[in-house]
Amino acid sequence: MDWTFTLETFISLVAAIPLTLQLAATSILLGAFLALGLALLRLSGVRVLDWFARFYVFVFRGTPLLVQIFLIYYGLSQFPAVRHTILWPILREPYWCAVIALTLNTAAYASEIIRGGLLSVPHGQIEAARACGMPRFMVFRRIVLPLALRQALPGYGNEMISMVKATSLASIITLMEVTGVAAKIISETYRAIEVFIVAGVIYLTINFLLTRLVHVVEYMLSPHLRAPRLQTPVQGESK
Amino acid sequence: MNQPGFLDVISFGPGGWGAALLAGAWMTILIAISGFLIGSIIGTFGAWAKISGGRTIRGIADGYTTVLRGIPDLLVIYLFYFGGSAAVTAIGRFFGSEGFIGFPGFLAGALAVGITSGAQQTEVFRGAFKAVHRGEIEAAIACGMSRALRFRRIIAPLTLRHALPGMGNVWQVVLKESALVSITGVAELLRQAQVGAGSTGMPFNFYVVAGAIYLMISTISGALLQWSERYFSRGVRRN
Repeated sequence: MDWTFTLETFISLVAAIPLTLQLAATSILLGAFLALGLALLRLSGVRVLDWFARFYVFVFRGTPLLVQIFLIYYGLSQFPAVRHTILWPILREPYWCAVIALTLNTAAYASEIIRGGLLSVPHGQIEAARACGMPRFMVFRRIVLPLALRQALPGYGNEMISMVKATSLASIITLMEVTGVAAKIISETYRAIEVFIVAGVIYLTINFLLTRLVHVVEYMLSPHLRAPRLQTPVQGESK
Repeated sequence: MNQPGFLDVISFGPGGWGAALLAGAWMTILIAISGFLIGSIIGTFGAWAKISGGRTIRGIADGYTTVLRGIPDLLVIYLFYFGGSAAVTAIGRFFGSEGFIGFPGFLAGALAVGITSGAQQTEVFRGAFKAVHRGEIEAAIACGMSRALRFRRIIAPLTLRHALPGMGNVWQVVLKESALVSITGVAELLRQAQVGAGSTGMPFNFYVVAGAIYLMISTISGALLQWSERYFSRGVRRN
């Protein structure tokens, strides 16, 4: 292995990490709100809203993310009407197109995870909250949502990892995040193995840290599930 | 210039792209099936390594699944496409050929998809094997079946039955992943849509049609998988 080349590759790839993280964080955050909305539509009990959310999830989970990215980045520019709206400065940028596609895509997967979490909230908890006189929204904010989020967190952690991996597709619409820079170096030097190892180590590190972070949050959110700390009696103290 | 309408995109007549897109869809299915089969073979060995391998073999299998589930699939495709070309060129130079030899995109794509899905298949098969009742294997031993016979008649069919739902999920992932192979220039569905979009200037129409075809393939194969799940668990009592 050529260490100078590997080190140079590492330095250029590290410089691209912020863009990867930015893409992932923005789309996960925006996607979470959209996912919550979709999950609420599914559970609204209104048939039209329910079917809309179902159709959304069906379409976005059934088609490749790359098709969705192309549709937004290349497809929308086909219509002159789109090019004349105030949205054009956003839809012209590959960065925002990637963020929009990733957000819409993750929302479909995450809405199912959140829906599972919302369904897992025991009915007794909601009844207790109502018995305390909480209004509907307060029940949702104080009882249902925190319990649902705790329940959905492990599944959501997996979805976050797939999103970090999915940001690599942004390189196909010219964004120079980690995979984009890696592909550029590979196609210039044809030294696929070294570049692959360096890029792979970077992604593995990001995903490892993300997994640890989710574990920490999970631990913090579940004090009620941990065994209480044993109280050891102080030596020499008499009863 | 005569702008083609939406119907021309899908028509089979002169100037229509229907035939090209259909050929692309067929290529997508071929890539997905090859990748899925390669992944299943790798998954079988991976699961075997994790279940009954020694410490070294188990370590290798663990490393394989951790790495392949933590890095983007696109990176693996780049590795095989460019790495393969570099290797083939080096071999060609050894035999006295001058110049660059490209690695076939189909092979690179199928191998890359196979190796990434193999990591998922490993976990699917391992979980499915764990779901086989000890008693069934003990009974087979008690009947005097040899190891090979036991595997063929008892373990393999029961494991496959438990693995079918998980394999269905992997298949859907593989189908969508096959779209990434378009970057190698293989004339699969997304690539054909790109070519059509480029030569007619109507990207939206082409990507919508490509997306619809992906949805169709995944829906039909999903229905087939569900049917086979029912068929292969017809001997299982439901309560």
